[in-house]
Amino acid sequence: MTTLRSDRAGRPAKLSWRIRLRRDRSLILMTLPAVVLLVVFNYVPLFGLATAFQEYDPLAGVWQSTWAGLYQFERLLGDSLFWGALKNTLYLSFVQLILFFPVPIALALLLNSVLSQRIRNFFQSVVYLPHFFSWVLAITIFQQMLGGAGALNQFLRSNDIGTWDIMTNPDTFALLVTSQVIWKEAGWGIIVFLAALAAINTDLYEAAAADGAGRWRRLWHITLPGLRAVIVLMLVLRLGNALTVGFEQFLIQRNAVGHDTAEVLDTFSFYYGIATGDYSYGAAAGLFKSVISLLLIWGANKLAHAFGEDGLYRK
Amino acid sequence: MTLAIERTSGDTVAKPLAVQAVRQKRKNERPAWEEPPTVAGQAAKGITLGGVMLVMLVPLWIIVVTSLSTQAAINRAGGLVIWPTDITFEAYRVMLADSTVRSALLVSLGITAVGTLVSMVVSVMCAYGLSRSRSLGHRFILMLLIITMFVNGGLIPTFLVVTGLGGYGEWWALILPTAVSVFNILILRAFYSSTSIDLIEAARIDGAGDWRILWSIVLPTSRAVTAVMALFYGVGYWNSFFNVMLYMPTDSEKWPLQYVLLTYVNRGNGMPGSVNSGFGDQFSQTAPLALQMAVVVLTLVPLLIVYPFVQKHFRTGVLTGAIKG
Repeated sequence: MTTLRSDRAGRPAKLSWRIRLRRDRSLILMTLPAVVLLVVFNYVPLFGLATAFQEYDPLAGVWQSTWAGLYQFERLLGDSLFWGALKNTLYLSFVQLILFFPVPIALALLLNSVLSQRIRNFFQSVVYLPHFFSWVLAITIFQQMLGGAGALNQFLRSNDIGTWDIMTNPDTFALLVTSQVIWKEAGWGIIVFLAALAAINTDLYEAAAADGAGRWRRLWHITLPGLRAVIVLMLVLRLGNALTVGFEQFLIQRNAVGHDTAEVLDTFSFYYGIATGDYSYGAAAGLFKSVISLLLIWGANKLAHAFGEDGLYRK
Repeated sequence: MTLAIERTSGDTVAKPLAVQAVRQKRKNERPAWEEPPTVAGQAAKGITLGGVMLVMLVPLWIIVVTSLSTQAAINRAGGLVIWPTDITFEAYRVMLADSTVRSALLVSLGITAVGTLVSMVVSVMCAYGLSRSRSLGHRFILMLLIITMFVNGGLIPTFLVVTGLGGYGEWWALILPTAVSVFNILILRAFYSSTSIDLIEAARIDGAGDWRILWSIVLPTSRAVTAVMALFYGVGYWNSFFNVMLYMPTDSEKWPLQYVLLTYVNRGNGMPGSVNSGFGDQFSQTAPLALQMAVVVLTLVPLLIVYPFVQKHFRTGVLTGAIKG
């Protein structure tokens, strides 16, 4: 029994693979449906990336389409619409990093200082909720509140202050989408930080208080260092995803605001790839984005390691 | 090189539960060493937290009240209604009599039910299959899964594969391509590999096979995380609309509720393919705004029914433990 327990599932390792296969065949069988689905819908499309180097013809398929080398990428680099989409993506990503990223941390710190468990629970129930709304629903709600016929303008009109249509104004679009992201996701974002806060040893606070540290000094010297690893991890994820700013959110609002401001790389891929049938061009844009994203994840991790943190994976 | 999510599996997962329990005990009263709160500080905190909750709840309140209002009340308010005056369920009656909305509701419920079932069966099996340490090939399969979190073909190659398999206009195109969430499998796996080890060993000695262990030991002892994962998957299917846009954009009988919401409320379009039935016609007869808001409420209702039962598990550390890493 003790030997079994030391090896958690009771599976000695040093056996021939034949015996292990017989022993573990049901386990392997269980993973099969998921593996098949991933192979068909994730790995096969990787080979489909070949279309980015072709002049893809839907009737001919991947095998018969003519190869075009780097032609699609040359087109991309010469396309001002593509550069516009890239610029928008980076700009929106930057605005979200500055305005969105600190919000869940601040909310978690604030909530963590509340003593009443009942208030904490109620607050969490409320702020987690919008995370489960679809983007269609979230944007419809924003439209009803802030749109031309929405609650805000209704109030402004009835008081003769004029109108302010936020939903279709390209100038404030970055702020609009960021406030949508904050409304929908900031509450959910506090979960990780609350968990990290709960893991901080409370003896540290007591010792610091006994040594005369006030609540701000305790925040600075105990709480924030305790959150450091999680903050770095979230930052790495955010930087690695700098080219992804939320696809559905932009897809829905692109027409209302105009593609000059609302086109991002993902919507570019969709509109110029699928909607217009120029599959190879869209696939090239998608591949461009994926490669840069991988480089970003790698770079962000290097940065995290440079600061002595683990980041997404260990050195 | 180990992934952050991977690092969690095993030992750290059980901890937050204990941490949470200790914390609740501590949190009920202010510890002796903490200085008494200032009035200004308490007020600022209360206003901020209250304000955040209001920003979440007030829009929902306005939408529900407007959906219950008569056209007269809406006209009086000049649009959305904030205080209910005369309550009517007329908008809901008209909405549920409408064939478009009825079929969209059925489609949404069907996709969500079938999709969640498929996803859960596949994920639970896969997570358990990978959760026994030192089983043959589990490292390789795990790697296979994790790679897909970072590298994928992207939108267009996936679209070409699905349509190449004949998925255009088919129901399975809305379910199978997104049926597996590797992230969810990793969370489940983290739980399975750390819970009920003693029970599993006892059962194995009694001669139970892996299927038996999964069904009668692992599943019953991990109900909370199973419920949370089912909610994640269910919400994903209920909320999806982009795959409809990809695979059945013109087939309006197959549209789910989210797509109907997008087309008729968000974009305010007319109803394609039906002149006499459907929204286009109903708009002229009843409070259009109330009707639109009723559709919004309809997409919310299933979520609000399920949410209270599942969200209590978020708190028990189920999620924080696994996500935290």
